[in-house]
Amino acid sequence: MANPHDYATAAPEIFLALAAMALLMLGVFRGNRSTRSLCWLAVASFAIALLLVFQAPAERSVSFAGMYVADSFTAFVKAMVLIASGAGLIMSMGYIRDEGMARFEYPVLFMLATLGMMMMVSANDLIALYMGIELQSLALYVIAAFQRDSLRSTEAGLKYFVLGALSSGMLLYGCSLIYGFTGATGFDAIAVALKGQEHAGIGLIVGIVFLCAGLAFKVSAVPFHMWTPDVYEGAPTPVTAFFAVAPKIAALALFMRALIVPFLAISADWQQIIIVISIASMLLGAFAAIWQDNIKRLMAYSSIGHVGYALIGLAAGSTEGVRGVLVYLAIYLAMNVGTFACILCMRRKTGMVEGVSDLAGLSKSNPMMALALAIFMFSMAGIPPLGGFFGKFYVFIAAMNAELYALAVIGVLASVVGAFYYLRIIKVMYFDEPGEPFEGPMSVEMRAIIGLCSIVVVFFAFYTAPFVASAEVAAAALVP
Amino acid sequence: MILQGLTFYLFAAIAVAAATMVVSARNPVHSVLFLILTFFTTAGLFVLIGAEFLAMVLVVVYVGAVAVLFMFVVMMLDINFVEMREGFLQYMPIGVLVGIILLVELLMILGTATMSPEVMAAGTEPIPDLAQRQNTAALGDVIYTKYIYLFQAAGMILLTAMIGAIVLTLRQRPGVRKQVVAKQLARRREDAVELKKVQPGQGI
Amino acid sequence: MDDLLKEYLPILMFFAVAVGLSIVIVVASMVVVPSHPDAEKLSAYECGFEAFDDARGRFDVRFYLVAILFIVFDLEVAFLFPWAVSLGKIGMLGFWSMMVFLGILTIGFIYEWKKGALEWE
Repeated sequence: MANPHDYATAAPEIFLALAAMALLMLGVFRGNRSTRSLCWLAVASFAIALLLVFQAPAERSVSFAGMYVADSFTAFVKAMVLIASGAGLIMSMGYIRDEGMARFEYPVLFMLATLGMMMMVSANDLIALYMGIELQSLALYVIAAFQRDSLRSTEAGLKYFVLGALSSGMLLYGCSLIYGFTGATGFDAIAVALKGQEHAGIGLIVGIVFLCAGLAFKVSAVPFHMWTPDVYEGAPTPVTAFFAVAPKIAALALFMRALIVPFLAISADWQQIIIVISIASMLLGAFAAIWQDNIKRLMAYSSIGHVGYALIGLAAGSTEGVRGVLVYLAIYLAMNVGTFACILCMRRKTGMVEGVSDLAGLSKSNPMMALALAIFMFSMAGIPPLGGFFGKFYVFIAAMNAELYALAVIGVLASVVGAFYYLRIIKVMYFDEPGEPFEGPMSVEMRAIIGLCSIVVVFFAFYTAPFVASAEVAAAALVP
Repeated sequence: MILQGLTFYLFAAIAVAAATMVVSARNPVHSVLFLILTFFTTAGLFVLIGAEFLAMVLVVVYVGAVAVLFMFVVMMLDINFVEMREGFLQYMPIGVLVGIILLVELLMILGTATMSPEVMAAGTEPIPDLAQRQNTAALGDVIYTKYIYLFQAAGMILLTAMIGAIVLTLRQRPGVRKQVVAKQLARRREDAVELKKVQPGQGI
Repeated sequence: MDDLLKEYLPILMFFAVAVGLSIVIVVASMVVVPSHPDAEKLSAYECGFEAFDDARGRFDVRFYLVAILFIVFDLEVAFLFPWAVSLGKIGMLGFWSMMVFLGILTIGFIYEWKKGALEWE
């Protein structure tokens, strides 16, 4: 039975749900004129939810009949998700005004998607996992197609929806098999049922395979990545920025919890799946992006590659591995938000441009933006002493300590190949003949976001120790 | 007992046949009708395993609402289904291959599956004896209290679905005349009717 | 279990009768009816012309909107049944739990009402 304590542990989610409904009512009575103020109110709600997340006690508490878990791992991930959502919304404001899609549902859908992500992060049961994923996906499908007069946006939404529904089906099939073969849906209960087993029965393995397939779709890992480039390219740019960060962080956290907590006893069985999709994602991310000229498509392949690196940590299946993933995701958040903020500033008189070649000569027309973008690109390539290097460093260390040498070596090789296209962007900005400069001064919000992200990425080396320590605490909450 | 077995095989056979027809029928409207038949027979199967409530919800929600929605969607799309089917043969080998793999996996699971009583009893929420507590009531006992988290999450999902449907399809068309009931009611006789005395032999 | 199924036996019999009767009626009328088809009789008739195009017109997307809003509230009602049946056992928490759920959907209802999604133009 639910008792008052349960509601206290779920305070961030409850607050966000109430705030989303309040904003919906405010919007429908005030009309689309209030979109901008609603966006700021939504950002404020994210901030309050963030406070509520931090204010919760650090020890692990399971509530709502084992459905919901709150510990330092969920707090860490939720903080990242909320920051990513807030940044995504702030970046959207100018865009939705200029593109004529400033309808008040936009921030509300952002909040509902974020609520779904927080439920995913806190899911401690297969049913709760599914509900969280559905809430998040349903809101994201709509946001992807939000620019409904644009053929590309609608197509992106439709593609995302059809393939997402398929993956949800696979996920459900896997869940039902797992339930059938262990007799439990709760992660803790499954772990108890599997205690002392060396290897899972074939039925359970098939169930785990389907679960992994469904989750791999949500994090867009190869071979379930097909939708990513199309959806990233077609969706409105700020929506792509949101897609590339917040849902990925939430889904990866869910991936880790759904495999490590219930199936730790049989980790040898799922480890190989993760290794394979991790290698495939890294290689595809490194090679497929080389030929891309559309920067949004390029970022899509880049994000597939990043998911591959993050999955290395999951494959290690240790506290160290989870710590590596968390550090990686935090850096990924800063790099991607910053890069997309730069992409959103690529506006000419004729409208938004998204070709890599449009960046030519940016170092002369807008040296600050070029510098920031160069920092993000160097960081994504993993060049020390920038943040991206540390992200990769910690997952590779975890892989080495888990004796996954081949995985670590392939990871290093893939990041060398991947460095090529990140450096190409820098070359285009600094050494190519300048084209027409981008329009107008950047808004204050964009400047702030780009500045903050650059600071985080550049100075990560100075506060690595305390940050990694807190990630370590969070990881210890997940892996006993 | 024999009747129960016979009914099962009858319903199962019809369900499989109808599901095949859903994908192979030439006319999409027929596909939807076969889908309804599939839903009905599946509801019958649910009754046979004692899941009364699910069976009725399947009829109410799926036959009553989802099938109607599908019908609207089929009628709304302006797709030439004959043309669409031309690619069908081309992709069929891959589809069949995936289907066979899934089937083999299922058979492998079935081969090793053991329904041990311990697993059945260890279920998070064991099914109460039907004589003691009815199916619908047994569901009601847990959904709203024990699983309140999931229940409210379902509410949020439905809210999102509502917002999504409206955001994506509702358009305010300019210059459409709507019925304003209040305006109709507020209209008085004097506004609408004017009595004129007409002299005999003259017009107005 | 068996008792439960016995309760459904009349429905099964009813189905059997319905299916049997409809088959008999269709088959019998096919057998009995005098039928001499020719090309003119079988052709579609439209004011003396051949049919111009498909009889199916495209439905407006508004039908879809109405249907999907109907599904949402249909599901809400589906949740009400078990609640009503076991209300005596689940106490205040159960009662308020449903009230919150209805509240969430009422918010949605107010939204769609104000947006004019329920109006037919």
